[in-house]
Parts: sequence; structure tokens; C-alpha cells
Amino acid sequence: MASIPIEHGLMLAGVLFSLGVVGLLVRRNIIFMLLSIEIMLNSAGLAFIVAGARWGQPDGQVMFMFILAMAAAEVAVGLALVLLLYRQFKTLDVDSASKMRG
Amino acid sequence: MELAFYLASIVAIAATIMVITRVNAVHALLYLVVSLLAVAVIFYTLGAPFIAALEVIIYAGAIMVLFIFVIMMLNLGKESEQQERKLLKPRMWIGPVILVVILAVEFLFMVTSGSPEMTAARPVEPVEVGKSLYTTYLIGVELAAMLLLAGLVGAFHLGRKLR
Repeated sequence: MASIPIEHGLMLAGVLFSLGVVGLLVRRNIIFMLLSIEIMLNSAGLAFIVAGARWGQPDGQVMFMFILAMAAAEVAVGLALVLLLYRQFKTLDVDSASKMRG
Repeated sequence: MELAFYLASIVAIAATIMVITRVNAVHALLYLVVSLLAVAVIFYTLGAPFIAALEVIIYAGAIMVLFIFVIMMLNLGKESEQQERKLLKPRMWIGPVILVVILAVEFLFMVTSGSPEMTAARPVEPVEVGKSLYTTYLIGVELAAMLLLAGLVGAFHLGRKLR
């Protein structure tokens, strides 16, 4: 990080995370909500890498690998739920699932 | 090298904005892949080449393919055929292609211009990451394995009910 200040890297991670939050709040299609969660996870990993590069330690990269494993598990379960939602309601609109009964 | 970082940042932000504003899920996926590739270039400039490779292989490769599988499974029939036809029109894929070309030029430039002097004070080699992963963070690796097993069982259970 000789020439790139850490603030810029963290700022980029923050902007990407905010975009993910905005996408999650604005969209009602469950596929787009999952994509927004991916964006947020990725930007969190970016923050770890930036911090790890600042001090030249491998810990940031190790944390990114854990985030990667978590994202993979989350996507597998999330997409299975998407398929279930679609079979049940014939739509990808999450609001259709707001009236569930027991 | 700083130019590569800022250029890739701009590409990542632009592609992410396109992701959350698209109407068509496949277009959004295309832009998300571009965004992930841009972040991979950023990792490379920050002296994390191994993580850049993982980002491309696992995020842009495996996880996005899962999304594409599900989207393809969901819209079968005539309208998806028309969608495919629309996808082949240049104005659908020209945006991602321009962004990817920027990234490719950057990457070629970085690879050919002799990468040893990365932006980072010192690139963190995969050897160090592996040593740290399997000594200090061994418990984390085991927890991640359990999490992945739980994800596998959960996805299988949810998928089984479909029939």
C-alpha cells in the first residue's frame, strides 16, 4: 500500500456495500436480493483484503476465504429456497410469501 | 499501478450500479460477473494474487454459474426463447464487453510490465496465507467445513421436497 492510501480502498468497499444495501432494499425480486447480498459479502471481503494489504499480513486473505466459504453455503441454501418459493407461488416476488401460515 | 486500482474501482462501481438497476436477471448476472472481475483486479493490485484467482474461480465461476442454473430452470418456455434471441443483440452485451475490455487491458499491462513491484509494500504470498490458514486459523477451517456440510444438507433437504 505504498501509493494507494487505505482510505481509498475502504471507501470503495463502503460504496460497494451501500450499493448492495440499496439493491436489497429497493428490489422485490428474490433473485436480485440474493445478488445484492453477494455484492455486500464481496465488499466486506474487499475491506478485509485492503486492511490485510495495509499491514502486509496474511490474516485478511484468510478471512476472505472464510467469507468465500460462507457465501457458497449461503447461495446453495438461498437458491434452493428460491426454487421452493417459485414452485409454491409461481412468482419470484418476495412479498407473495409475506402471508405464510404456520 | 495506482491507475489500475482506480480504473478497476470505477469499473466495479459502474457494473454494480448496473446490477441493481437491471430488469432482466441474466443481464444483472452479466454485470455482476464484470463487477467481480474488477474486484479481482483490485485484489491483484493490492498484492493478493492468490485471492484474485480465487475470486475469479469461485465467485465469478462457481457461484454465478449456480445463479445462472436457477434462472434457466425458472423461466422455461417461449418467453425465455425470445429472451435468448434478445440477448444475442449487440446492445445487450456491449456494456459488459466494454467494461471487461478495460479490465483485460489493465491486466495485460500489469502482467507484462513486471509485477514484482506491486502497489502493496510487499505482496502476501500464498505460502504465508496457507501457513496461517492451517495453523492459527485451523479451528476456522473446521467451522467452515461444518458450515459447508450444513449448506449441502440444507440444500439437499429443500430440493428433495420439490418432487
